[in-house]
Amino acid sequence: MTAMEPPAVDLREPAGWRRSKNQIATTLMVLAFVIVLIPLGFVLFTVIAKGASAISWAFLTGGPIPPNVVPAGIGGMGPAVYGTLVITGLAAVMAVPLGVLGAIYINEYGGRGPLARVVRFMADVMTGVPSIVMGLFIFSIWVLHFGYSGLAGAFALACLMLPVVIRSSEEMLKLVPDPLREASYALGATKSRVTLTVVLPAAIGGIVSGALLAIARAAGETAPLLFTILTVTATNANVFSGANTALSTQIFANATQPFLGAQSRAWGSALTLIAIAFILMIVARIVTARFTRYSR
Amino acid sequence: MDQSEQNVAAPAQLPKLAALQDAQPQDADSTPTGSPIFDAMGVSIYYGSFRAVTDVSLAIYENEITAFIGPSGCGKTTVLRTLNRLNDLIPEARVEGDVHYRGASLYGTGVSPIAVRRRIGMVFQKPNPFPKSVYDNVAYGPRINGIRNKAKLDEIVERSLRQAALWDEVKNRLNKSGLGLSGGQAQRLCIARTLAVEPDVVLMDEPASALDPIATGKIEDLMHEIKSQYTIVIVTHNMQQATRVSDRTAFYSVLVDSENDTRTGTLVEYGPTQQIFEDPKDSRTQAYVTGRMG
Amino acid sequence: MSTAAQADPAAPAGSAGPLAHRRPLGDRVFQILAASAGALVLVILALIAISTSQQASSWFSTEGWSIFSVDWNPATNSFGAMAFVYGTVVTAAIAIILSVPVSVGVALLLTEVVPRRWSRPIVTVIDLLAVVPSVVWGLWGILVFAPWLQHIYTSVGSAVNGIPVLGALFGPPVSGASFFTCGLILAFMITPIVTSLSREVIATVPAIDKEGAYALGATRLEMIRGAVWPHSQGGVVGAVMLGLGRAMGETIAAALVIGSSPVITSHLLAAGYSMPAVIANQFGEASGEFRAALIGLGVMLFVITIVVNLIARGVVERSARRQRGA
Repeated sequence: MTAMEPPAVDLREPAGWRRSKNQIATTLMVLAFVIVLIPLGFVLFTVIAKGASAISWAFLTGGPIPPNVVPAGIGGMGPAVYGTLVITGLAAVMAVPLGVLGAIYINEYGGRGPLARVVRFMADVMTGVPSIVMGLFIFSIWVLHFGYSGLAGAFALACLMLPVVIRSSEEMLKLVPDPLREASYALGATKSRVTLTVVLPAAIGGIVSGALLAIARAAGETAPLLFTILTVTATNANVFSGANTALSTQIFANATQPFLGAQSRAWGSALTLIAIAFILMIVARIVTARFTRYSR
Repeated sequence: MDQSEQNVAAPAQLPKLAALQDAQPQDADSTPTGSPIFDAMGVSIYYGSFRAVTDVSLAIYENEITAFIGPSGCGKTTVLRTLNRLNDLIPEARVEGDVHYRGASLYGTGVSPIAVRRRIGMVFQKPNPFPKSVYDNVAYGPRINGIRNKAKLDEIVERSLRQAALWDEVKNRLNKSGLGLSGGQAQRLCIARTLAVEPDVVLMDEPASALDPIATGKIEDLMHEIKSQYTIVIVTHNMQQATRVSDRTAFYSVLVDSENDTRTGTLVEYGPTQQIFEDPKDSRTQAYVTGRMG
Repeated sequence: MSTAAQADPAAPAGSAGPLAHRRPLGDRVFQILAASAGALVLVILALIAISTSQQASSWFSTEGWSIFSVDWNPATNSFGAMAFVYGTVVTAAIAIILSVPVSVGVALLLTEVVPRRWSRPIVTVIDLLAVVPSVVWGLWGILVFAPWLQHIYTSVGSAVNGIPVLGALFGPPVSGASFFTCGLILAFMITPIVTSLSREVIATVPAIDKEGAYALGATRLEMIRGAVWPHSQGGVVGAVMLGLGRAMGETIAAALVIGSSPVITSHLLAAGYSMPAVIANQFGEASGEFRAALIGLGVMLFVITIVVNLIARGVVERSARRQRGA
């Protein structure tokens, strides 16, 4: 195909095979998305269909958790709901402030120094540590000495959340423009004051939303809790001592049970867990939309 | 440069366009050497509901170098991109009016932008070589058009690089990455890449603005050399460059609508380069080319 | 915004008096706090390595090199890990093979094909997929998906029985809970991560490169191959490897649907086992060397995922450096 023909200008589509290849590629990409929809639809549909019938106020708040053979409708998962909320909440209280502080160190204080680089690198590596390893870690270092407790579970979840909060907060801090900091310094503020009164408020929307997503993920975690809280059937209000329970570990225990009652409670718990994670995700989105000043 | 625009473009409300249009001359004295390759007829370009350019009509002639000049924001790049349908890439862009290319409508139904761009190539302001070897950069165009034969590709690559005055500098490093070239070399690589598909027209959007004077000179020499085979339309903010290279010049400016706080680009005057610079007919043209603005 | 006076206006300019190094206590304390929080990451990682290895030490010392044997039988006190390593690798490989084309496809769809307005709902779907907890995938997997797959596996198994390669891979014995089911569910789970990481990488391709390709008369596919892919291939490979790491470490879904049978077999539709799965399933009843072995598997998993992570970052770094001009 060398020189082009003079005036009889043909401006229609190029040769068939080029156009077909392009169209096939586009079709494949759309197909990929459809493929993603299928399992998501299946799971959500099943969980909602099977779980909805189990959910009731009694289910969510009543207890204790009945033995597996007991049919649905008796007792409730209250202890597990309590456990999930409290343990995850405790983990968040530990991980979020520490994570934000760590991000502040990396971004505001560390700069290009070696320690900051190592910390950032290690935080990245730590996000890849499997959740089960975190559970085994807390087992080895705490449970063996102090026994099972909700606190131990919270430690494990906090270890999971910490690197995630650090990385996402760091991203948000990076987005705050330097002129803001410089203006504050120029007024004679110390670094800590600049960070706390100018930088942090500017990034707070993104930081909060990142933290919420980390919490959502932690709420659904099972493996770290398996080795740290044991799974009991009554509400343990004392999260600092004594075994506890959570929705995720209950589901795990019930999933392999042949009894319909146990299974029904598992579906109900699954729906509750998904609802919690979903609500957190929506709140995170709202925070991003309304309160984030600097975004990518 | 921006402030003075306000002085020159009398805050004209768009309804007064009709009066302005009378001031737009068609071609001036010298008759074009070739036939019109492009015929823009009442072209207005919108981004969503915002009218970015209004009512441009002009003809571009074959084997000439036509320059688009004007202050920044006057729409000259937007009009240029209309000629190879590159504005299609912007989601809310819309073109009213029509552009004829060798008699065929560029915006008619059934027209493929891909076929259009194969014939009407473009060189960008910032050199953008692909992250591939020099050879693969130049061969990219011919390859997507179906040429697979290695010998043929070798020939096309050498020819294009020679035309772009780059062959001697890269002939021993054809397999090295195109990203490792200097700015001027990279831009000539992009020109070679454009010439490799043997287009009919080469559009250039401020091709030398990111380059030093020596590299700029090489590009301008190149333009003169390839003029006999191609038609060139160049957007430039450098008036001396326009006088150095172009046969015909179109001067664009901005209409400021202070009521709606909008600025719309428009074609003010179009004619042979010598006439535009030495004997401009519109006062705004005169203000611009004599340096009283921008 | 008054602060503790750092400059005393009364002192003549140029004097070294009150401008000297005294930083307010609060400022210093804050810096130490922040630095400690950062250092906490290093401390935790070190503690993980130390404490778990210590707990597993009796396994290492008792078994010696036979920790790599295939023989796993708590009853006879033999604890070889190979079957679980095999299962971890195989299921992760299946997950990657199934997930990567889909993830990259969706990432390209979002960056190149879909107009801005429609990308929101698509991203929401991906986020939803990410928010489903592992245990819910496992629950659905074992109670609904695996039984359904069992029928399909049985037909496939009998269909390919006897055919050279296919039979070895997909022939009987088959089981609803199997390597393949586990790999499939892992694929569902890692798709959101690989998609969003790939999307981030692809979005950094400069628009001007894409315009350059289009200006040469390229179709969208040709533009992707010419301008997008060379820029992003390193980053996408890195994203895939990070997904691989996630798949290997994924515990609960695997524990429920992998079949709990420690065997090394080429039959992907048969039941198997993986490192995280066996730890989750058996830890409750384990003690002594058994428990040490399980923790030791955890150590192995820790090491493997860190290595994969490091390689992933290395790949991304190297390709980013190459992009900057070589």
